[in-house]
Amino acid sequence: MAKGVWIVAEQRDGALRKISFELASTARRLADELGEEVGAVLCGSGIEGIAGQLAKYGVDKVFVADAPELEPYTTDAHSAAVAKIVKENDPSILLLGASTQGRDLSARLVGKLATGMGTDCVGAKIVDGKLLLTRPMYAGKCFGEVAISSFPQMATLRPNVFPAVENPKAGEIVKFDPALDAAKQKTRVLEVQKDASGKVDLTEATIIVSGGRGMKGPENYVIIEELANVLGATVGASRAAVDAGWRPQTDQVGQTGKIVSPNLYVACGISGAIQHLAGMGSSKVIVAINKDAEAPIFARADYGIVDDLFKVVPELTKACKELLA
Amino acid sequence: MNIVACVKQVPDTEAQIRVKADGSGIEEGGIKWVMNPYDEYGVEEALRLKEKNGGEVTVISLGPARVMETIRTALAMGADKGIHISDPAFDGADAYTTASALAAALKDLNPDIIFCGQRAIDGDQGQVGAILADLLDIPQVSIITKLDYADGAIKVIRPIEGAQLLIEAKLPCLVTAQKGLNEPRYASLPGIMKAKKKPVDVKDAAALGVTPAANAKVVKFVPPPARAAGKIVCGDDPAAKAKELARLLREEAKVI
Ligand SMILES: Cc1cc2nc3c(=O)[nH]c(=O)nc-3n(C[C@H](O)[C@H](O)[C@@H](O)COP(=O)(O)OP(=O)(O)OC[C@H]3O[C@@H](n4cnc5c(N)ncnc54)[C@H](O)[C@@H]3O)c2cc1C
Ligand SMILES: Cc1cc2nc3c(=O)[nH]c(=O)nc-3n(C[C@H](O)[C@H](O)[C@H](O)COP(=O)(O)OP(=O)(O)OC[C@H]3O[C@@H](n4cnc5c(N)ncnc54)[C@H](O)[C@@H]3O)c2cc1C
Repeated sequence: MAKGVWIVAEQRDGALRKISFELASTARRLADELGEEVGAVLCGSGIEGIAGQLAKYGVDKVFVADAPELEPYTTDAHSAAVAKIVKENDPSILLLGASTQGRDLSARLVGKLATGMGTDCVGAKIVDGKLLLTRPMYAGKCFGEVAISSFPQMATLRPNVFPAVENPKAGEIVKFDPALDAAKQKTRVLEVQKDASGKVDLTEATIIVSGGRGMKGPENYVIIEELANVLGATVGASRAAVDAGWRPQTDQVGQTGKIVSPNLYVACGISGAIQHLAGMGSSKVIVAINKDAEAPIFARADYGIVDDLFKVVPELTKACKELLA
Repeated sequence: MNIVACVKQVPDTEAQIRVKADGSGIEEGGIKWVMNPYDEYGVEEALRLKEKNGGEVTVISLGPARVMETIRTALAMGADKGIHISDPAFDGADAYTTASALAAALKDLNPDIIFCGQRAIDGDQGQVGAILADLLDIPQVSIITKLDYADGAIKVIRPIEGAQLLIEAKLPCLVTAQKGLNEPRYASLPGIMKAKKKPVDVKDAAALGVTPAANAKVVKFVPPPARAAGKIVCGDDPAAKAKELARLLREEAKVI
């Protein structure tokens, strides 16, 4: 019988990503309710040293595949490795991050494990011994409660929504052979072009300052960047700003951009079209700065200032700088 | 080349979504149905690939009778033929079942390349492409913003958090399309006229040999949680308002 709550831990360049601790803590909570163990799968090359960190967040046993073919990440190699160890151990629940990598890997695993999954979940609990998930659908215009009748019951969890809680265990590390068939690896990463700015990606940012058409031109984003610097935030944009060529496509927040879930989202000169709300509506605290009191963004905002952003934003930067000094 | 574009019909992005009183689904009345925006990028890229390298573009969609309209839209853009998987047994199908049906319908076609959207904006899962690739035992690269084809292989750009990957994949392969890949064309009037005569094969579950199942089931639909009314910081002086906002964010909301 399927048993155990498992996660697929995520690492990049030999460091565990924050989502891994969020997954571990959630798995611990669910496993405690079921009276089961928490397992983690960690794949990569030269990563054994970091496996122990997962025990701090409640993982009982880490299954480590350490092989050169597993670095950098490819769907082929990682899905083959994870599917193998999961099939051998038959966990009842398998959680991944709804990160770029987790979304990619999880869907391929659904195929290999012939099971069902809830994607990008914002809630996960045990009801009658089974996993019950909550996920936004229709771009957050409604929510669904999803139950899975096959094993493992899979889910990807939205980053930054589930708290990472320290809960140290005497974790055990178990090596496994991913038994990769080189002939089956049909994709190859030729090049990794790193974003030189070193800024945190929007999907992982805890604070985002976004600018829309109200910014009037690319040169004005400097005031957004100054505020972002003071807050340790990442800069985002509406589609109007991206389509105008003011900001790169990677900055777009919304239905056809990135879905973000920061603690604080500051929307400057953004009207709050339904497609924009679709991407940032689940932010914990939303601030709107807009000169039009009727802008729909105010209906979603926790705090708002109705005024010219060119007057307000630099003052806000100054005020935050003083407060945080 | 045998090129396939998977298209899903979804509610228009402006659509108001109302949950049925008993939580069993959403009210479909009054919804305007459109091609999933990401699938438009897939269809466009499929057409460009054909224009450069020759071959045929097949569009495929699973869904009720109204889905035929979306298939016709893709045909009007320039696709050559369509497959419509239509069977009430697929109502409420999950991603695995959907992908199984698509895989069964595409098997004999031996596609060189399959395009999907990176996610459908209703279910919002982004699963079907990868599952389909797995069932066909071909590689897949998700969420791409650039594609070059030469000598039986593609090179694609895939953005990830804080970086972009240049990935090579041998055909046959499946890719999922993202905004930025291209600018989708509109269907021309002659295109719309021609589309009416293009062949569309309609298949049901029995013809495909697929038993619909739902491993993942939405047991209840609920409206989004209500948000408490926001606080507008009032006053005439932008500096004073900014200062008050900063204080609220620090002391009340505790987010900075
Ligand atoms: C509101 C709602 C909630 C649902 N919740 C769940 C759930 O939690 N778990 C679950 O497993 N299933 C769920 N389903 C069922 C599932 O959404 C669909 O069966 C299915 O098509 C897969 O997911 P998706 O629509 O998110 O598509 P995605 O996986 O997001 O679609 C990606 C791409 O695959 C292609 N594609 C997808 N569907 C079709 C199609 N019908 N015809 C042709 N191409 C297609 C398109 O190119 C699309 O861009 C839900 C369905 C709805 C309508
Ligand atoms: C299929 C589809 C997908 C889409 N996907 C997305 C998406 O992913 N993300 C997205 O953002 N949009 C998306 N859109 C576009 C969306 O509908 C809106 O057009 C867009 O979000 C508008 O951007 P905006 O708010 O910056 O511009 P506008 O709507 O033009 O708003 C500008 C705002 O700035 C305010 N303003 C102007 N000057 C000042 C000033 N000096 N001080 C203060 N305020 C000022 C104005 O009052 C106004 O409210 C999509 C649309 C479609 C059809």
